[in-house]
Amino acid sequence: MSIELRNVTKRFGEVAAVNGVSISVREGELMALLGPSGGGKTTVLRMIAGLEMPTSGDIFIRGNRVNDVSVQRRNIGFVFQSYALFKNMNVANNIAFGLKVKKWNRADIRERVAELLGLLGLEGLERRYPHQLSGGQRQRVAIARALASKPSVLLLDEPFGAVDAKIREELREWLVRLHHDLNVTTLFVTHDQEEALEVSNRIVIFSRGILEQVGTPREVYEQPANEFVARFIGAMNVLELEVSDGAARAGELEFPSYGLAQGQKLRIGFRPYAVQISSDLTQYRYHALLRHTFFLGVLLRVELELPSGLTIRARMTKEEYAHQGLADGKEVSFQIRQYRVLAKESAPLPPERELPYQPPAAIGENI
Amino acid sequence: MNRDSARGPSQRGTEEPPLIKWLLIAAALGFCFVFLLLPLANVFVQACAKGLAYCTEALTKPDSQSAIGLTLLVAGITVPLNVVFGLAAAWAIAKFEFPAKSLLITLIDLPFSISPVVAGLMLVVLFGLQGLLGPWLEAHDLKIIFAVPGIVLATIFVTFPFVARELIPVMQATGSEQEQAALTLGATGWQTFWHVTLPSVKWGLLYGIILCNARAVGEFGAVSVVSGHIAGKTDTMSLRVEKLYNEYDAPAAFAVASLLVLLALLTLAVKVLMEWRQARGEKAAR
Repeated sequence: MSIELRNVTKRFGEVAAVNGVSISVREGELMALLGPSGGGKTTVLRMIAGLEMPTSGDIFIRGNRVNDVSVQRRNIGFVFQSYALFKNMNVANNIAFGLKVKKWNRADIRERVAELLGLLGLEGLERRYPHQLSGGQRQRVAIARALASKPSVLLLDEPFGAVDAKIREELREWLVRLHHDLNVTTLFVTHDQEEALEVSNRIVIFSRGILEQVGTPREVYEQPANEFVARFIGAMNVLELEVSDGAARAGELEFPSYGLAQGQKLRIGFRPYAVQISSDLTQYRYHALLRHTFFLGVLLRVELELPSGLTIRARMTKEEYAHQGLADGKEVSFQIRQYRVLAKESAPLPPERELPYQPPAAIGENI
Repeated sequence: MNRDSARGPSQRGTEEPPLIKWLLIAAALGFCFVFLLLPLANVFVQACAKGLAYCTEALTKPDSQSAIGLTLLVAGITVPLNVVFGLAAAWAIAKFEFPAKSLLITLIDLPFSISPVVAGLMLVVLFGLQGLLGPWLEAHDLKIIFAVPGIVLATIFVTFPFVARELIPVMQATGSEQEQAALTLGATGWQTFWHVTLPSVKWGLLYGIILCNARAVGEFGAVSVVSGHIAGKTDTMSLRVEKLYNEYDAPAAFAVASLLVLLALLTLAVKVLMEWRQARGEKAAR
């Protein structure tokens, strides 16, 4: 194991920012710490780096307990969200800083700096100062600086947060390639689920200081461990159902009652792509009005309004939309292919957890 | 061709009419000339009233020489100490959260709000023969009041805020991420301070040092109370000027005064030079 957290808790006063979290990061893994803002992800990262001390629990790096090891001696590379480049030093000196304080000899430092400049595509910029660089260049300098003394792990705090959307896309691909080349264990914090799904080998999902699920992007998407994960990763239609006459119902929609008694409640969720639509009104059981069509690129999102007023989001390809001859205001039939029970009423139904606002991505949102 | 087109149209819609603009500029320049520049020039004129030879003679007298030496000594002790205190205080305020923070900020400003004479008197009450610690100091043969240590203490008190006041906003603006980055790269606390913290506040620090030095050299009130005015021993330049003037040796007084003015002008020149360099640096940054 490259990094291991065992039952780590961090309190700031009364508030537990991180609560009993255990994570194992394998050697060479590219792992995302994902969760809504204020969920404790950055605190976890800072505890691994040694910038925060856990209130309780143990942290191991490559099998050694590092709770009492100072930041300087943990041999980690840390990239701050703001990059925190040394403003008074040029690119080469920024990268060389860690090597200088570790008393490398001059020739080795020069060689290593040249190597990193090449690796990160920063040749020709070595004499520039941070304020003379673009956002993407700054980030690469920050990563080069963190990698300089060959750390055992690389920690990145919201690495794509400070650059605009277009560059973000490139940087993601670039990070994946860099990780592939270097194979250094990398842990990064993000609040963007799309970013986590796209970049990482495995994802750790946090909310409110609690670990919700650890798994590959596919696992957390297809087998979410709980309602929070199901709703946080990817888009989801959520319906609250009430059992009556042996079935769980919401409006005209009917689902199995899962053995619940009359009047008891149930919450289910289904992905927009699980909704199948046909312009042939006889094809599927339910009918609805196609209210709006949202263009997302290759995919379209459509909003269906049922006679009872329920609204359902569905997703389809452009081709299928055209093939079916769909248009806003048309009446369609539909069915729900897959759904997931999110919560059953044992006592009262647990309240829906609030999700942070997620701005819709440009292309292929939450497919 | 009317006047406006001759000078070119106004660049800004909000610009005042030319008459008001020139009146204001003339008033500001006139005021500076009459109240600042003229008296200053007069100091030099008065210093040479009895000829340049008299002026240099007044400066080379042993008592004057000793006053110059003492002034430089006091500044030489005060400024480094206040740099250390100022850095420590600014660091504590900018980087840490603690309960007495606002109290500390207020305390740093205390020397600004207190009359220098009162500051001097406070030292007398504390260290003077009749003062709190007087008998103990007497018993151990230590002299503070009417001696050089008293002058140094008074000057430190009066000039304390300059460095800290300049540094606090700069340090607060810089934040602590660069320092944390240095730590993660393996730098010790000292290396971090030397290579990261200090360079990022260097302009503020230098500016604080200049102001602190100017005040340390020129301080009169607090020093006057604790000095005892022993010619050749506890007279600083400012005190020497007053003494010579009271002895009706105006040209000699102005000779020493002109030296103080020169020091002040030199300080201002350094300050302007630094501001110019800093502005140039910022321009390069854009």
